[in-house]
Amino acid sequence: MRKFDTKVQHLKYKVLREVARLAWKDELLENVLNIPKIIVPGKTPTMRCCVYKERAILAERVKIAMGGNKRIDNIIEVIDIACDECPAAGYEVTDSCRGCLAHRCEDVCRRGAISFDHNHVAHIDKTKCVECGQCAKVCPYSAIVNRKRPCQVACKIKAISINEDNAAQIDDEKCIQCGACVYQCPFGAISDKSFILNVIDMIKKSENNQKYKVYAVVAPSISSQFTHAKLGQVISGMKELGFHTVVEAALGADMVALKEAEELSEKGFLTSSCCPAFVKYIKTAFPQLKELISHNPSPMAMLAAYIKQTDPKCKVVFIGPCTAKKGEAQLPEVKPYVDAVMTFEELQALFDSKDLNLETLPLDCLDNASYFGRIFARSGGLSDAVVQALKEQGIDFTVKSAVCDGIEACKMALLKKSKNVLDANFIEGMACIGGCIGGAGCLTHGEKNKDGVDKYGKEAMEKNISEAVSILK
Amino acid sequence: MKVTVCIGSSCHLKGSRKIVEVLQDLIRENDLDDKVELGGTFCIGQCQKGVCVTINEEVFSVSPENVRDFFEENILSRVK
Repeated sequence: MRKFDTKVQHLKYKVLREVARLAWKDELLENVLNIPKIIVPGKTPTMRCCVYKERAILAERVKIAMGGNKRIDNIIEVIDIACDECPAAGYEVTDSCRGCLAHRCEDVCRRGAISFDHNHVAHIDKTKCVECGQCAKVCPYSAIVNRKRPCQVACKIKAISINEDNAAQIDDEKCIQCGACVYQCPFGAISDKSFILNVIDMIKKSENNQKYKVYAVVAPSISSQFTHAKLGQVISGMKELGFHTVVEAALGADMVALKEAEELSEKGFLTSSCCPAFVKYIKTAFPQLKELISHNPSPMAMLAAYIKQTDPKCKVVFIGPCTAKKGEAQLPEVKPYVDAVMTFEELQALFDSKDLNLETLPLDCLDNASYFGRIFARSGGLSDAVVQALKEQGIDFTVKSAVCDGIEACKMALLKKSKNVLDANFIEGMACIGGCIGGAGCLTHGEKNKDGVDKYGKEAMEKNISEAVSILK
Repeated sequence: MKVTVCIGSSCHLKGSRKIVEVLQDLIRENDLDDKVELGGTFCIGQCQKGVCVTINEEVFSVSPENVRDFFEENILSRVK
């Protein structure tokens, strides 16, 4: 059964699984240096120039699986020796140029950047070129290509540059930790720090949830993941790992929707605060709009705070599709409630570190939230929930929502807002395309994921938000 | 007296919301707000007994149908 989209994810998973396997047995310390050789045995390289480089990079991946570089706060880290230093020269003429007579490239270039050599082959003057791409579009031989690094293409907020050693470098201040580069780098040279060791340690020290209980709060996008098993079996698997119980983060989303509706109607304009990457983006790129950010905590933080209120000694682990949530959990206002954050990738590694075969497990259940809380996982869901929450609370306010699917759309809306030309009173900002189901920590990213979330939403016993939340009072 | 209703998934599906609502109403009707502290918890690990309601550590199995009897027998009688 295929579990991952790419072989890079699979490799990362193998490292996490081995680290976890040893950690459960308390054998990590004495065996940590052997992990690269367990994953790449023998002498034949399959990924790089030689097995020694492969193992050197794997040793770096092991470090990240064990929490990464503690001196860097950013959750996202570059493994510089894994960076293949991809060409990044921008628009270039390749040897497909036939030296034609038409010279459409020259005609279309407004900067006069194109010249021809004695073989009539085109050349681009980099000092004049502004990377508009028109020449590439008009060339009948597709002879002009745009050489850009996949990480830089992925990073829509331009937080990635090239350092003096020609490797990728992240501007940690700017980075919103969305993980787009992690998912897009074809060499797996950028990765998110993992806190699975903290999770394993918490579970072990709880002594079967006797000393304290360990709660898993799971994001609704789980409905589009682990498709080889039933959701009920995934819940059983999480309890087999040692979690006391599993609660839907979507219940936190229901709580947020009610509060968000109130705040929106009071203030008249709001940007959502569910997506930590979007929130950080506003704070760093549009500080003048900071006051417009909803004051509500994210669904994760909201629910975790509630759980800690019912059980003050407990530990809460959030499991979701998101790398930015790992950063959110470090914020002073969230830290007291969320003890660790894991991705679905990491959850899969934990299942396999204990050789749990999900398909053979009994069906458990997961039902805490309403339809509306559950559809927060996809773009547009939050706006739908806010409209519903206004209706349920009898608040007379018409929402005009700017649903921003992906950080580029967020940027557009924020730019318009900063110039006071945005025709909306609510910005739903999701840094990942599709919403949380497009998160970097998902095992799979597919067209069907949205349908999966909607279907899961409809299966919720509670059909409206107030009813789902009324249980908490 | 501390009364805790399990609101974990399994108990929720068996009607714990209804039980919370009824208990809230009964506590109010009987003027017990300062004597009975009603709270929720996510799973006490006895899902097969659900809906689980705990009174001072003792677990009771309650259903939306018998919640009124439960209140009279186990809450009202003890606080009066």
